Amino acid sequence: MTASHETFTDKVADAAIRATPQSVAARVRGLSDRAIAWLFIAPTILLLLAINIFPLFWAVYLSFTNYRANRPNAVVQNVGLGNYSRVLNDPDIWASMQTTAHFVFWTIVLQTLIGFGLAYLIDRKFRGHAFWTTLILIPMMLSPAVVGNFWRFLYEPQIGLFAYAVSFLSGVPTSEIQMLGSVSLAPWAIIIVDTWMWTPYVMLICLAGLRSIPDYIYEAAEVDRASAWRQFWSITVPMALPFIMLAVLFRGIENFKMFDMVNLLTGGGPGSTTEVASIALKRDAFEAWATGRSSAFAIILFVAVFGLANIYVKALNKVKQR
Amino acid sequence: MLKKWIPLLGVAAVCGSLSMPQAAKAEQLTLCWAAWDPANALVELSKDFTTKTGIDMKFEFVPWTSYADRFLNELNSRGKLCDLIIGDSQWLGGAAENGHYVKLNDFFAKEGIKMDDFVPATVVGYSEWPKNTPNYWALPAMGDVVGWTYRKDWFERPELQKEFKAKYGWDLDAPKTYDQLKQIAEFFQKREIDGKTIYGASIYTERGSEGITMGVTNVLYDWGFMYENPKKPYDMNGYVNSPDAVKGLEFYKSLYDCCTPPGSSNVYMVESADAFKSGQVAMQMNFAFTWPGLYKDEKVGGDRIGFFPNPAEKYHFAQLGGQGISVVSYSSKRDAALEYIKWFAQPDVQAKWWQLGGYSCLKSVVDAPSFKSSQPYATAFLESMAIVKDFWAEPSYAELLQAMQKRVHDYVIAGKGTAKEALDDLEKDWTQIFKDDGKI
Repeated sequence: MTASHETFTDKVADAAIRATPQSVAARVRGLSDRAIAWLFIAPTILLLLAINIFPLFWAVYLSFTNYRANRPNAVVQNVGLGNYSRVLNDPDIWASMQTTAHFVFWTIVLQTLIGFGLAYLIDRKFRGHAFWTTLILIPMMLSPAVVGNFWRFLYEPQIGLFAYAVSFLSGVPTSEIQMLGSVSLAPWAIIIVDTWMWTPYVMLICLAGLRSIPDYIYEAAEVDRASAWRQFWSITVPMALPFIMLAVLFRGIENFKMFDMVNLLTGGGPGSTTEVASIALKRDAFEAWATGRSSAFAIILFVAVFGLANIYVKALNKVKQR
Repeated sequence: MLKKWIPLLGVAAVCGSLSMPQAAKAEQLTLCWAAWDPANALVELSKDFTTKTGIDMKFEFVPWTSYADRFLNELNSRGKLCDLIIGDSQWLGGAAENGHYVKLNDFFAKEGIKMDDFVPATVVGYSEWPKNTPNYWALPAMGDVVGWTYRKDWFERPELQKEFKAKYGWDLDAPKTYDQLKQIAEFFQKREIDGKTIYGASIYTERGSEGITMGVTNVLYDWGFMYENPKKPYDMNGYVNSPDAVKGLEFYKSLYDCCTPPGSSNVYMVESADAFKSGQVAMQMNFAFTWPGLYKDEKVGGDRIGFFPNPAEKYHFAQLGGQGISVVSYSSKRDAALEYIKWFAQPDVQAKWWQLGGYSCLKSVVDAPSFKSSQPYATAFLESMAIVKDFWAEPSYAELLQAMQKRVHDYVIAGKGTAKEALDDLEKDWTQIFKDDGKI
């Protein structure tokens, strides 16, 4: 390296240093930029620790005890894995898990099929498609409390529009159409409402997937004289699949913890027919006050959802990489 | 001269301002209860207390659907929101054992408040823990019991009376037995009256809180259901699930299946009253607190409504409702709260309480010769209060209640299994709960 070149480099470096504004940290009592960054995110981290991480670990601790929130003066004893054993051996809890699985399966199947179908239609960009898109999205924008109460009235056998419509079409008297009071119909009543409310959400994600497919691929297929059916199965579905799977993941997690809709429509009834895991957990924790046992139940649910979601995400990544 | 006084005035002002918040604090009591008609009557009644003592009353009323959650959370967290609480009868065991309520024995003795002056069932139900022992945690405040209302105007229609007599062989009137009740319910089920289809009866079927339990027990007691062996506490096998109890539960299901309006799978106090008010049912099971409101109702009240106590079968009981008033032990205004209880226990205050729409439990009020004629529902209330029986008031009552809600709803509404299986399962659930509690 020559002397003249060193001089030039030094000059450039000096100019750069002068051009760079003085570090914020240096101006604030000599703190480094990293320290300032920590200062900014510390409140968020503390908040997360306080409201997410600490309760999680506290719940894990409680799950090994016989603690009951309605007996503040009682001696808390360690029961080891007793709560876990009781939860896992309780046929009623397994029944609620089965009910949950039933809801998750059917809501996902219906919402995916209808949501993708609607997205496919909307993607055709026919006249007025923006209006129809907005109209379809309305249920998703409503509060679950409003939707629950709204549908409860619709399902009402004597004054409900749903019962009237079914009666009009089938000829069955309205008093016989007891959607919420019938063991066989109540689960479907909830599935219908959830599908009505959340299909637009699936539709939006699928629409994003469909819009992400470049037009030239279809043009090339046209040149190759591929039929519309072939284009659908060989281009549209595979390329939109990661988006569809993402929608399934989101809805699966949401519906696994479905609470508000069931609580408003049936409260878990008739009997325990629609008692999903979240309702059973709420009853155990806040009505029967078995805090230790319900903590174990919550941890088991958390692990189940976390584990299933992880397996699913791995599958999703594989699909994306194809 | 003025300059000399200024510093003194300043000191006095500072002292005054420092003491004022404390004074204001001591002059206001918060009373917690459910948001319902009797609570409004209590607000009206309590104005006299404020006039007499200068202590302001603040009220914290919560809808029935969140009443237990809200106030049990408050008590469990040792909150200071409530100085006085009118808590449900079932809370008594837990509240006493966990130290939420102030024990009132010494206070009652000092102030000359005698529990003998109150209706015995209300003392056991709302004040004593352990039951049937002289340990008092509350003053009986609001007597309540499950009973029935019926459409007197429909019952009195000559054409219906004639048809009913021809069909069943007895005069259509308020039923005395369950067979009669069911016959009436069947008679009115899906009948057209004034161009509208009406139904037999509205009964409790609610799953979420305590509804179906309050309805089912109301009937089960009369068939012979007992919570435990009278000679051996917590021995429930053969009592909870006795053959008679099974028959009682089967009857409740048959009543639900034959004679309730469509969509009655989740009915409790409000829904039952609504079914009656909308002219949908001929009879309605409900707590007596609803009666004053129904009597005043323009469409179904007045001459159109009649009241009757729970019918009899092998035995004659009715499910107790109602509450006692307690002083919360975490209150910093205990003396003022006790002052309120002392005032509330007075006979003239209790008499006014009944006039305003509350249900007094004081014997001098309910045994007065004029009581029966004071309101059209007074007789039915008195007869009902004489036959009351209550659900467990154990500290674990919530878990016991949840188990019963599940088992009976599964059978009665969802038609799952048999009545015998439901009660056998219930007995097992309850045994496990008491084992967990260390009582067995």
